[in-house]
Amino acid sequence: MSSLYEVVPSEAADDVPVMKVTIRVNGENRSAMVEPRLLLAHLLRQGFNLTGTHTGCDTTNCGACTVLFDGQPVKSCTMFAVQADGHDVMTVEGLAGPSELHAIQEGFKEEHGLQCGFCTPGMMMTSKALLDENPNPTEDEIRWALSGNLCRCTGYQNIVKAVMWAATKLDGQ
Amino acid sequence: MTAVDEIKIGGMGASRRRVEDNRFIRGKGNYIDDVVLPGMLHMEILRSPLAHARIRSIDTSKAWAMPGVRLVLTGETMAARNLAWMPTLSYDTQAVLATDKVRFQGQEVACVIADDPYIAKDACEAIMVDYEPLPPIVNPTQSLADGAPLIRDDKENQPDNVIYDWEVGDKDGTDRAFAEADVVSKLELHYPRSHPSPIECCGSIADFNRSTSKLTVYMTTQAPHIIRAAVALVAELPEQMIRIISPDIGGGFGNKVPVYPGYVASILASILLERPVKWIEDRTGNLISTGFARDVYLHGELALRKDGRILGVRMQTTADHGAFFSDAQPSKFKIGLMHSAFSCYDIPNAHLVARGVYTNKAPGGVAYRCSFRVTEAMFFQERMVQAAADDLGMDQAEFRRINFVRDDDFPHRTPWGFLTDSGQYAKCLDVGLEAIGYQDFLAQKEEAAKRGRLLGIGISTMTEPLGAGNSREYDILGIKMFDSAELKVHITGKALLRTGAKSQGQGHETTWAQIVAHELGIPAEDIVVEEGDTDTAPFGMGTYASRSTPVAGAAVAMVSRKIRAKARKIAAHLLEISEEDIEWELGRFYVRSQPDRGVTIQECAVAAYSNMPDGMEPGLDNTAYYDPPNLTWPFACYIATVEVDPETGVWDVLRLVAVDDCGVRINPMIVEGQIMGGLTEAYAMASMQFITFDEEGNCVGSNFTDYLLPTAWETPGFELHEVVTPCPHHPIGAKGIGECAAVGGPAAFVNAVIDALKGTGVRNIDMPVFPDRVYEALQTGQDISGAPPVRTDEA
Repeated sequence: MSSLYEVVPSEAADDVPVMKVTIRVNGENRSAMVEPRLLLAHLLRQGFNLTGTHTGCDTTNCGACTVLFDGQPVKSCTMFAVQADGHDVMTVEGLAGPSELHAIQEGFKEEHGLQCGFCTPGMMMTSKALLDENPNPTEDEIRWALSGNLCRCTGYQNIVKAVMWAATKLDGQ
Repeated sequence: MTAVDEIKIGGMGASRRRVEDNRFIRGKGNYIDDVVLPGMLHMEILRSPLAHARIRSIDTSKAWAMPGVRLVLTGETMAARNLAWMPTLSYDTQAVLATDKVRFQGQEVACVIADDPYIAKDACEAIMVDYEPLPPIVNPTQSLADGAPLIRDDKENQPDNVIYDWEVGDKDGTDRAFAEADVVSKLELHYPRSHPSPIECCGSIADFNRSTSKLTVYMTTQAPHIIRAAVALVAELPEQMIRIISPDIGGGFGNKVPVYPGYVASILASILLERPVKWIEDRTGNLISTGFARDVYLHGELALRKDGRILGVRMQTTADHGAFFSDAQPSKFKIGLMHSAFSCYDIPNAHLVARGVYTNKAPGGVAYRCSFRVTEAMFFQERMVQAAADDLGMDQAEFRRINFVRDDDFPHRTPWGFLTDSGQYAKCLDVGLEAIGYQDFLAQKEEAAKRGRLLGIGISTMTEPLGAGNSREYDILGIKMFDSAELKVHITGKALLRTGAKSQGQGHETTWAQIVAHELGIPAEDIVVEEGDTDTAPFGMGTYASRSTPVAGAAVAMVSRKIRAKARKIAAHLLEISEEDIEWELGRFYVRSQPDRGVTIQECAVAAYSNMPDGMEPGLDNTAYYDPPNLTWPFACYIATVEVDPETGVWDVLRLVAVDDCGVRINPMIVEGQIMGGLTEAYAMASMQFITFDEEGNCVGSNFTDYLLPTAWETPGFELHEVVTPCPHHPIGAKGIGECAAVGGPAAFVNAVIDALKGTGVRNIDMPVFPDRVYEALQTGQDISGAPPVRTDEA
C-alpha cells in the first residue's frame, strides 16, 4: 500500500477473484490488484492514469489503444491486464521524457499528421514499432504497417509523411 | 519602423504548425473519457435487440441487487419526471428510454449507474425485458405500403408513416421545359445510409451539485450553447445554473451535434444521486443508435436540348429518417438544403418533391461532413450530369462547361432560389483537366480498351452552400444561426480569444489566432484561444456545416476590428494628434505625415490599462456577434481516374485530382488537411462504407469489422490544386471548406467507375461500389440498386 488507507466497497462481492500484476510501464514497475477480466487499456488509463492510450472500437479494429508490448505493437483493448504481468509496456507517455519530443511526435506536428488527435497516440506507437524494425520504410511499407490503425480526419497522406519525416530525422541522429 | 511581417507572426496565409498538437502528440489531450471527477459513478445503457416490439414488462430487480449498483433507470423512471421523451432538432420527439415500444434495434431501454463501468455492464445484462415482436419496417417502400404497421403510434395526428411531403420550385415551368426537351435523361439512385464514426464515441459526465444548484455537464458536443438551451428547456433547470463543457473532441463530423438519450439519462442520474455520473458510449452503441447520415432515394430527370443545354431539372426524393425525425437542419427547410442541387449550373426551371418517412431504424439524418442534406444533393446532381452527358453522347467536361454559371453572372439566383455570389467554375475545371491530363487519359483509355482493360475518368464539379446562416433564413429551433467571438487584450499586449464555435480537429486554436494576427498584428503565439465552455465562451451555434470560418471566423475578424478602433483612439492620445491624422499598418499606428512616429498595438494595450485618454473606459476587450449576409459558396472540381478489373469487379484509383476554391485560405496546411480528410471519406462512401439492415431490422454494420472504414492501405493518394475567388461578403474573403471534398468527392469516384463501364449498358451502380456489384453489372449489363432487402413474408 502506498498510502495509509485503501477504500474498499462495503458491499463488494466476495467471490470475485483478484490477481496481483506487475508490469514494467514506460520503464517503471507498476503493480495493481486486478480482476482477471480487466482489459489492459483500462488498467493503463484508469489504474495508472496514462490516458494517452485511447479506446475507439472495442473490437481491435481502430488501433487507438495501440501500445508496445515487449516492443511489438498490440491493441491494449483486446488484451487482459493479467496477460501483461511480467512484461514490458510502452505507451505514448513513454515516447519521450518530460519537455522532450520523440522524432515521431515532431514529425506528426511538422507534417500535420493529426487533426482531432484521438488516433494519434496509437498511430505513433505503431510507427515507432515500424521504425525500430525498419528505419527507412517506403510509402507502401508505412501504409501497410499502419493499416491496423484508423484515422477519420487526415486521409493518412500526412501521417505517411510524418513517419517519413521521423525516419529522416532518426537517420541523421 | 515598419509593419510587422504577417507570415512571420503567424498571420493569414501562414502554414502555422498547430498549437493543439503540443498536447495531442504527448497523449495529453483532455477527451471526455479522460475527465475524472471525485466520487464519479459510471453509466451503461441497455439497448433493444429488436427493431420493432412492444414492451410487455421490464424486471430490474436482479440488477438492483448487484453489489455496486446505485441506480437503474427505465422509461417509467423517466416518465415520472416527464423525461421519457425529448424534442428533436426537427420539431419531432424522440424517446429517451422506451416506455411503450422499441422502434429500432439499439434503442435505449434502461440505464444502470454503478461504481464501475464493468459492474454497470453486468447489471444491464441482468435486466429482463419481455418484448412482443412487431413487424419491422426497413425501407420506405415497406413504410409507405398499404396497411403498413404504424411506427409512431405515440403521436397524435400521425395516421401513417409519412413525416413530411415538401415541394419547392416551379412545377408548371418545369413541365413546359420537359415538353420542349430533345432528350430527357433519367436516373434512379440511392445514397446509402452511412455513419460519421469519429474514432472517439460520444459521452458525458453530469455533475449536479445540490448545495449550489449548479449542473455541470462535460459532453462530446459540437454545439455546447445549443445543448445548454436544450437542457434548460427539457430538464426545466434555470439556464444560469447549467454549464456545458465540451472538452477535446475526438472527431465529430456531425455525429456530435444532436442530443442523445445517454446525455439526458446521465444528467437525471446525477440529479437523483447527487454524484457525478459518467457515460461513455461503446462503438456498437455509437454505430447503431447515434446520428446516421444519408439514406435518401432519388428519381431524377434532366430536360436536355441537343446542343447540351439543360432546360430543366426534376428531382423526387424519399428520405428514410428512421424511427424519430431528428435531423439537424435549419427549421425552415423540411429536408435540409436538398434544393441546393444544381447551384453551379445555369438552369431556368426546377422542381423538387421531397418525402420523408419513418422506418424501424436508428434516428439521425445529421450532417456527416455535410451541411443539411447538401451531400446527397451534390451527389445526385453530379451523377445525373454524367448520365445526361452520356445520354447526349457529349464529353462530360464539355457538358459541364456549357451549363456552368459564368464568372460574370454573379450574383446568380440558383434553380431553387439560393443566391450565389462568386466563383470561377470553368477555371477550376480547366485546372483540374490540365492536372489530370484529360486528353491524354482519354487516348490512353481508348488504347487500353483494345486490350480488354477498363479505364474510366469521373468528374464532379459543384458549389455548395456552407456556413449557415444568415439569420433571416437559418435557425435551429428558432435560435438564429449567428456566431460570436470575444477578445481580451491584456496589458502586455497578449490576448485571450473565445468563440461560440467548437473545434473537433479543425485547429481553431491555431487559425483563430491567425485571424487576430492578421487584423491586429499581434503575433499568433501571443494569443490563446478557448472554446467549448458555456460559462466563459460567448453564445454561438457551434461547429458543423462548415460554418466556423464563415461565421465564427468572421466574428473573430470583426471583434479584432472593434479592438483596433479603440486602440486607434488610444494611439491618437499617445501620439497627441487627431485620430484622423493616423494611419494603420499591420501591428502599428503612425502619424500620416511622419511615418516614423508611431505606436504599436502592444503599446496601445499598455495604455488601455495605464494611460487612457480622459473619459475613455479602461481595458481592451470586446465581443462581436456576426450574422453573415449570405452563405458562402466554395466551388470544387474533383477528378478521379480508375481501372476496373473485368475478371473480379475490383477497381483501383489511379489518380485523384482536387481543385478547391474556398476563397482566401487562413492556414493553407490546415485547409489541405481538411480536403484530404474529406476526400478519404468520399472514397469511403464510394467504395466500402455503409450501414444496411437485414429484413428483421438488424443493423449490419454495428462494429468496425462489419462497418468498413478505409485504412492507410486502401486510401489513394491525392493531388491538390487551388483557385482563389474571395468571398465578397466575408470580412477576410474566406469560404467554408471542411465538407467540400466529402460532399463533391463521392460522385467523382462513382462517375469514374461508370465511365469505365461505358458501352456495357450500365448507367448506375449504387454506392458502395463493391467489386461484386461491379462484377454483377458487367455480367448482366444491368444497373445495380443498393436498396435494402424487403421482408417477403410480410409483403
